[in-house]
Amino acid sequence: MNSPGYFLSHLWLIPLFPLVGAAIMFFFGRRLQKDAVNLFCVGSVFLSFLHALGAVFRLFSLPASQRIYQQILFEWITPGPMPASTGLVNFVADWGYLLDPLSCVLVIIVTLVGLLIHVYSVGYMAHEGGYYRFFGFLNLFLFFMLTLVLANNLLFLFVGWEGVSLCTYLLIGFYFLKKSAADASKKAFIVNRIGDAGFLLGLLLVATTFGTVRFTSQGLPDPAAFPGILQSLAALIGQPQFTYGAPVFTVIGLLLFFGAAGKSAQIPLYVWLPDAMEGPTPVSALIHAATMVAAGVYMVARMSAIYQLAPVAMDIVAIIGATTAIFAATMAIVQTDIKKVLAYSSISQLGYMFLALGVGAFAAGVFHLMTHAFFKALLFLGAGSVIHSLSGQQDIRKMGGLRYTIPATSVPFVIATLAITGVPGLSGFFSKDEILGHAFNRHQMLDRYLALWAVGIVTAGLTAFYMFRLLFETFYGMSRLPVEMEGHIHESPKTMTVPLMILAFFSIVSGWLALPILWGEESPFERFLEPSLRGVETDTGAITLGHHTLLAEYALMAASVAFVALGFWLARKLYLDNPKLHTQLAASWPRLHNLLVHKYYVDEIYDALFVNRIKDLSTAFGFFDSKVIDGLGVDGAGWLARVFSRLSMWWDKWVVDALVNLLGWFPKFLSMPVRMFQTGVFSTYAVFIVIGLAILLGYYGHHVQAFVRTLH
Amino acid sequence: MMPIGHYLFLSLALFLIGAIGVITRRNVIIVLMSIELILNAVNINLVAFSRYFGDVAGQVFALFIIAAAAAEAAVGLGIIIAFFRNRETVLADEMDLLKW
Repeated sequence: MNSPGYFLSHLWLIPLFPLVGAAIMFFFGRRLQKDAVNLFCVGSVFLSFLHALGAVFRLFSLPASQRIYQQILFEWITPGPMPASTGLVNFVADWGYLLDPLSCVLVIIVTLVGLLIHVYSVGYMAHEGGYYRFFGFLNLFLFFMLTLVLANNLLFLFVGWEGVSLCTYLLIGFYFLKKSAADASKKAFIVNRIGDAGFLLGLLLVATTFGTVRFTSQGLPDPAAFPGILQSLAALIGQPQFTYGAPVFTVIGLLLFFGAAGKSAQIPLYVWLPDAMEGPTPVSALIHAATMVAAGVYMVARMSAIYQLAPVAMDIVAIIGATTAIFAATMAIVQTDIKKVLAYSSISQLGYMFLALGVGAFAAGVFHLMTHAFFKALLFLGAGSVIHSLSGQQDIRKMGGLRYTIPATSVPFVIATLAITGVPGLSGFFSKDEILGHAFNRHQMLDRYLALWAVGIVTAGLTAFYMFRLLFETFYGMSRLPVEMEGHIHESPKTMTVPLMILAFFSIVSGWLALPILWGEESPFERFLEPSLRGVETDTGAITLGHHTLLAEYALMAASVAFVALGFWLARKLYLDNPKLHTQLAASWPRLHNLLVHKYYVDEIYDALFVNRIKDLSTAFGFFDSKVIDGLGVDGAGWLARVFSRLSMWWDKWVVDALVNLLGWFPKFLSMPVRMFQTGVFSTYAVFIVIGLAILLGYYGHHVQAFVRTLH
Repeated sequence: MMPIGHYLFLSLALFLIGAIGVITRRNVIIVLMSIELILNAVNINLVAFSRYFGDVAGQVFALFIIAAAAAEAAVGLGIIIAFFRNRETVLADEMDLLKW
């Protein structure tokens, strides 16, 4: 690449724009008018989006082998010696940005969805307090998210990773006067911290194993001088302790996945995401559906070279992903809060992505990440529009028939529902089908893997069921709104409905990137991503993606469509044709229904196992603090000090002062006779003078006599 | 001319009256008056000897002493008034603060 052009050489501007917006809000936001806030915050994201678009197009115009651009602004952590498995190395972390096909996908998703959600928020937050604060936080979030996806090393990625956690905390707790919102924000932050502990350990293990945290040296002017993980891995592979399936790769893979499970809400750390719905709805759409929760998927895909060498870690990722997918889908079935249904749906879809990563189909996972970002953002924004129209009502049991009153919201919502359930022709169909196809192919290696596919396809059916249930309950059937509400329903403003339409467009077409699969060709999306996900060459057969015939492809598609149709039919029967049927069904299996309504009692179990135990520990520490530290330590020290001061006082009084007094008493005693003369009464002194005069006269008497005789 | 012994005898008598007054009287004002007597005894002495030796220096000294006595009486009475305002007494044996 001879000349990178404006957009690539100004890659660093992409995250900077939102940071500037956030900074302006931080310092001056309180004094700005709403129009000015819109100008700075939406404008900064728009500029960022334009630059991202320019950079991606520039990269895309290059031949496939050169589609990588890396830019090191400066050395962030300056070089220092560190022992690594390759010997003593000079460890350095850059403040640098990397644009390769994988980050291209993410940066476009983040800026495009981010821009649309900013525009949407202008309408949604119009009547809320803290307008500038909200937009400042959103801009700050975009800065950290863009740092995360553009970072050229794992440590810098971690900065973005932690930053988005912070913004999640701030935005979930946006209505911080509400206790449930404040609790939810703390829960999200703490659960993420637990995952981050794993991430940090994994990061340190990567650093000590490979001697560097930079992902790759490709795209730098002097690759040999700046080794990356990929190059270090290629050099290490084949040595006895660095073979295919070596324990160190497994451990790194599992630790990093633990971090990803926290961020991307996988079992066992998914519990924060449903609670995160306490935040404003655009936040749920941007952070808890489209972008931040995908960070875990992105990170695992980014480290795919290591995962490809760790089959055990891969299996665990796949199993957790599949389990989360079906587990969350069953919970979504009985939720009655429109946003909670979508939250569990997000967890379930993220499980799909990890299933894809776990079976080695990294590109399929990222593909689903992209399509999911569009339709799930659309679903959340649609839900937000519904809530906005109904002035805050979130319970789907009190909705119904809304498609007549708010058509501009309902049409995009229907499209998103069709997309997520995997109706042929829309984006979700292609991405989900690709994941299921790859999961199915794994059984060519080992029959057990067929279970993963089975779980995936059942989840597809469940997804269809709960999504159509949501759709029917909200937009179809008879209205169950309170009568006084009926007159107040209003369609949302243009700033809200236009982003819905744009997202609806992408929800339909973004899947078409994989269209050539239908006639047996390779997906162009996968081909584009391939350079980022290639990994390193090994002679001991890493996971290879199996291939199946076109006929098998069609059969798989037909099977998943059949499951979707089944889900649709069930939802229609239970919620549309005979709305009383589902309550009867719930009543006939009360225990199962209860189990689902209480979300398998996972929160209660966590409370009993961890939260309350930690509270007990805190109580014990509090007891220790008040009794031992305060009681024995502080009060004891005070008591000792008193005793010693009494002793010291006694010593001072009877020894030190006594000595001083003795010294003083000595001259006093000696001066006693002299002192007697000083009466203070001047008459006495006059007597002394006269006596003195008399003595003088007596002494010199003969002189006086002699003198007197001379007279006459 | 009278022999000088008379003058000296008068001076001595005046001095003794003054000295006894200073020592024995309790009232400070009378003590002050007694001091005047002593000073005048000295003056008589000085003038007598000046006359006897034919030297005017003694008379000049006497004039100085008269001036000093006037100043002393002014300052002394001032102190007594100030003291009386504070302690409401002019008795010498009640003025006993100047001791250890």
